[in-house]
Formats: sequence, C-alpha cells, structure tokens
Amino acid sequence: MIEINHVNKWYGPSFQALKDCTTKVAKGEVVVVCGPSGSGKSTLIKCVNALEPIQEGEIILDGIKVNDPKTDLPKLRARVGMVFQHFELFPHLRIIENLCLAQEKVLGRSHDEAMAKAAKLLDRVGLKVHANKYPAELSGGQQQRVAIARALAMDPIAMLFDEPTSALDPEMISEVLDVMVDLAREGMTMMVVTHEMGFASKVAHRVIFMDQGEIVEDALRTDFFGSPRSDRAQKFLSKILSH
Amino acid sequence: MFANFDFDVIRRSFGYLFLDGMTFTLTLTALGALGGLIFGTMIALMRLSGYKLLGRIAGLYVDLMRSLPLVLVIFWFYFLVPYIGQWLTGASRPVRVGAFTSCLVTFILFEAAYFSEIMRAGIQSISKGQPAAASALGMTYSQSMRYIVLPQAFRNMLPVLLTQTIVLFQDTSLVYVLSIPDFLGAASKVAQRDGRLVEMYLFAAIVYFAISCFASYGVRRLQARISIVR
Amino acid sequence: MNYNWNWRIFFEPAPNGTGTYLDMLLSGLVLTIETALVAWIIALVTGSIIGVFRSLPSKTANRIAFAYVEFFRNMPLLVQLFLWFFVLPELLPRSAGLWMKQMSNAPFYTAAIGIGLFMSARVAVQLAAGIGSLPRGQMQAATALGLTTSQSYRYVLLPMAFRIVLPPLTSEFLSTIKNTSVAITIGLIELTGQARAMQEFSFQVFEAFTGATLLYLLINIVVVIGMRFLERAVAVPGYITGK
Repeated sequence: MIEINHVNKWYGPSFQALKDCTTKVAKGEVVVVCGPSGSGKSTLIKCVNALEPIQEGEIILDGIKVNDPKTDLPKLRARVGMVFQHFELFPHLRIIENLCLAQEKVLGRSHDEAMAKAAKLLDRVGLKVHANKYPAELSGGQQQRVAIARALAMDPIAMLFDEPTSALDPEMISEVLDVMVDLAREGMTMMVVTHEMGFASKVAHRVIFMDQGEIVEDALRTDFFGSPRSDRAQKFLSKILSH
Repeated sequence: MFANFDFDVIRRSFGYLFLDGMTFTLTLTALGALGGLIFGTMIALMRLSGYKLLGRIAGLYVDLMRSLPLVLVIFWFYFLVPYIGQWLTGASRPVRVGAFTSCLVTFILFEAAYFSEIMRAGIQSISKGQPAAASALGMTYSQSMRYIVLPQAFRNMLPVLLTQTIVLFQDTSLVYVLSIPDFLGAASKVAQRDGRLVEMYLFAAIVYFAISCFASYGVRRLQARISIVR
Repeated sequence: MNYNWNWRIFFEPAPNGTGTYLDMLLSGLVLTIETALVAWIIALVTGSIIGVFRSLPSKTANRIAFAYVEFFRNMPLLVQLFLWFFVLPELLPRSAGLWMKQMSNAPFYTAAIGIGLFMSARVAVQLAAGIGSLPRGQMQAATALGLTTSQSYRYVLLPMAFRIVLPPLTSEFLSTIKNTSVAITIGLIELTGQARAMQEFSFQVFEAFTGATLLYLLINIVVVIGMRFLERAVAVPGYITGK
C-alpha cells in the first residue's frame, strides 16, 4: 500500500531531515512510527501524501508514485486520510460542514449523500449531537474525533496520523485512541506517528523507530518491545516507559 | 453668534445634497470598497503566490500607490482613464468617460493597494496547518484558498476592512478637486451659490462626523463580539 | 496612444516667470516638505499628550482623549481644512476673524495646523497602543521605585513606547506628507498643486504628473531610509523595534 524507498529530504542546503529512509506498509497493516522530537517522524509521514516534498528517492502509494510531477496530487491525497496534531478543523465551518466540504467539492458527492455520510460518521465517533456546533465549542478530544471522522468521510484507502494525541490534555487521550483502536481492528491501513506505546503494543503490527532523520529500527511489535536491537531505541523506550 | 446665519439653506437644498450628493458618495464608497477588496485580494494572492516575478510586480504596485497622495492619483486617473478606455476598446481617440466611472476606477485601483495589505496580513495570520489540512483532503490550491483560507482571512480582518472602508468614505470627499458633486461637492456648490459657506460646511462636517462615528461604533461592537467568540 | 510626449518640457520656462517648469515643481516640493514638517511637529506634540491621556488610569483623561480622537478621525481632512479656513474666521469676534482672513500665508498656516491636528489623532492612537503593549510590570516597577506617574511616563514608559511605535510613526509621517496635497483645495500650491498648474499651462498632463510622482517617490525613499537609521540608532539590545 505505502512504499518508501531511499527517501532523502533536506531543509535548506545543510539540514538533512530524512536520511535514506526505506520502509513499507502493507494493506491492512498498522505501523507506529516513534522517536524523539526532531527525529523526522512527522516529516516522514507528511511526505507520504506530499505535504512535504522530497528531494531523492521515491514514495509509492497504492501503485502511484507520489513524487512524480505528473501525479495528480489532490486526487491522490483525497484517497488518503490524514489526522493532524492540532486537529486543523476549519474554524469558520460547523462540524457537519467540516465533514461535508471535501466530500462535495473534491469527490463531487451530492449534498444529501455527503450529509448522510457525515451523520453516520459523527454517530460513530459519538458526536452526533454536536453536528451544528463550531469547532471552537468542542473540547480537544472531541475536535480530534471530528477530524478523524472528516478524514474517514472521504472513504480513504489508508489513514495517516501525525501525533494525534500530543496536543491533548491527558484525560482526553483515551477517547481518541479508542476510535483509532476500533479503526485498526476493522482492518484499516494506518501509519501512526505517536508516543503512545500502549496503543502501539495493543494494535500495531510493526513499530518504526526513528532518530536524527534515520529509520533506526523497523521491527515487528513483539520484537520491538521484547528486544529492541539498537541502543538508541532502548534508551528512548526506557525514558518513555519509566514513568 | 449664529444670529446672521441662515440655516434654512440646508432645508432648501436637502434633496440635492442627499439624493444627488450623498448617493454619489455612498455608491462610490460601496463600489470602491467592493472593487478594492476584490483587486486587493488578487494582489495579495499574487504577492503570496511564490512566483517571484508576479510577487514583485504586485509589490511594486502596492508601494507605488501607497507612496502617492490620493489627490495626485485622482488627477492621474482623471486624465489617464480616457486613454485606458481607448486602449481597451481599440477606439481611434481617447474615450470620453463619465465623472463617476473615472472616480470609481481611481478609488478601486488606489484602495486595492491598501486592501491588499490587509488581506495579506489576514492570509498570513492563518496557521499553515489549515491549508495543509485542506490539501490532505484532496483540495486543490484554488479550492483551499476559496473555501478554507480566504473566508477565514476575510472574517479575521473584517473589522480592519470596515475601518478602511470608513477611511475610504471620508476620502471620497477628495473628488472635490475635480468639481464633481459628491456630498461635499454638492454642499460646496450650494455654499458658493447662496454665499452660505459657514452653514453648509458646518452641516457637511456634522453629516460626515455622524456617519463615520456611527459606522466606527458599529465596527467596535463587531470587534467586541468577535473577540468573545474566539 | 495618440499623445504627444515632450519630456523636455521640464526645462522650458514656465509662464509665471519664476524659471523652468522643473523649478515650479521643485518649489512645490519645498512647500510640501515645509508644510509637512510643521504639521508633523504639531501632530507629534499634541498626539503624544493625547496618547498619554488615553493610557492614563483616569476615566476623565480617557474620555477627553477618546473625544479628541473621535472628533479628528471622523471627519474628512478636506472638511476639517474647510472648517479652519472658511468657517472659523466667521465664528470668531469680528476683528480676529478679519485678521485671520487677511493673513498673507493663511493657506500655509491653516494647512499645517489642520493637517497637524488631523494627524495628531492618529499619532495618539499609535502611541497609546505602544504604551499598552508594554508589560504591566514596567509601570508597577517604576511606581515601586517611588517615581511619580509623570516621572514613570517620562523615564520608563515613553522612551520604550516611542521606540516600539517608530515603524508605524514612519508611515504616519509619510501620510502627513501625502496629506499636504489636500491643502490645494484651500489654495496651497504645493507639489501636487504645481503639477496641476504645470499641466494647465503646458498641456503636458502626463509629464507633469510623472514629475510629481517621481518627487513623491523620492521623498518616500528618503524618509524610509532616514527612519531606518533612526530606528537603528535608538534600538535597545534584545528588542526588535524594526519590522
């Protein structure tokens, strides 16, 4: 489903954000990407739907090369859902409108069809009663659940999560993770940048550990938590899990 | 103090002052603001487009307009618009253009420079995540601008845009230099015809003051409401 | 475009017998600068007082400043000049009014004072905003040291506030220069007025206005560069006053 081959990315002439990254996410697979801040994990996931350009290597999404100038990026992006750290709901639109806009303008669905889909998904994330509110009237956890529903409304073939819980107050994290766990169990292909090791150990098939722009470790979940090979991954895990 | 003043002149010229003069002023203000906003937004988009040459041209235009006094710009376009009309229509001689059209073109092009700066600030105030989220949903650049970025920029900047429109409303009085009967021009014509300068200019001042005060009070109310919602 | 360009017109003698058309424009430039400088001094002094009033913790002072600013901001400059020029002399006692009307330089003084007061309202708003942007602790620290209110303003608040509002004040100064052109309506033949006169005498419309345009651009450039030097000269380490 997602293939990342020898990707290099620089910010400016000197700072290399990604160094020769290679990995794969198969259909139905859940892959968690973790690593210290500044390790390039968010950059990597944003390269998958070309929100960030890459300079070398290739990324192939469902058989289509992302970094090919001939690729119709809007069309490709419409097929991959993305959830952002800061939700990025559109503040000037009601919740229901947030879910409908891209369905109608990008997928060309009729308003009724979009509304029906939106209502169903809002119900699924437990926020149907808030359909006519504005994003600012919802809590962070609720906003992030709306953001997930908004992405799902596009019937994505895969979902990308960029630190979906790190801007949330602790008591709201679980409501978002619950939605994600459900999604994983239904067989959604997911690439998740997160520090939530509980989520990783529960549903991830594989865990990728990044540091300083490199993929240091790319292992099955059981191997990663059982016996991480690299020092850096061990140190990182001990820091995260020690509290 | 006002013993030998004749304020009845205002009543006698009421229809001319308001039906002709004020209508001209308000129409010019409204259309000037609307056109200025549309052109200004286009200029702002050019400046933020990432195309160096396009941005440079737009920037030079804004700097030029903002360096010149409006009075000079009014003179410029008064003489230039007939030639622009000739060039646009391919006529053999400069096209005769009505006073209103000439003024409207002037104000749209002049105000566009100021509105563009406001819209540019508005667009830049939107966090980068918003267009990113729009892209991630598959929207094209123009869709993301049209549905996500511009509506928010416009809303955030509404008080500033309205304040600029009040400035524009006052600035329309400068068409006086072309002897065009806007509200002030009409007042001035009556003043000179009847020799009632004091009465007419005082009255004009009060009318401008009342309208501007009322409008800026409205903007302050709006601002307070917006800041509560945020 | 069937228009007969004649750029040499600038070096031809003007019919008013004071030299060439270029001399005409230059004399207009000098008058523009003189008027603007006097107006700017009035605007700065009055505007500073009103700006301080706006920021004082006194309801009465705030109200006075508010009324002052509203009065000068809500009337077109042109109308204000008419009030000073045509209306004020009629409302004063006969002898004073007569003296005003017979003053030889009446347009100049009216323009300088009228534009100065008009701009003072804008200076006041900028300065008050600058004072308001200072941390509250500054005033408290000054008071705690035993400084009186006026000493606090004089030695602590204003020096910093003026530095902060230097960039907006630059653009207000430029507005003052541009606004002098409004005074052609009361007979001040400054730069725009001279360009207009040149156009009427010579019929070379676009040359005349181009000449004035270039001179205005020149003033702008000189002022912007001058203010940049000033900003650098008074810059306080650790504070970004420019941009």
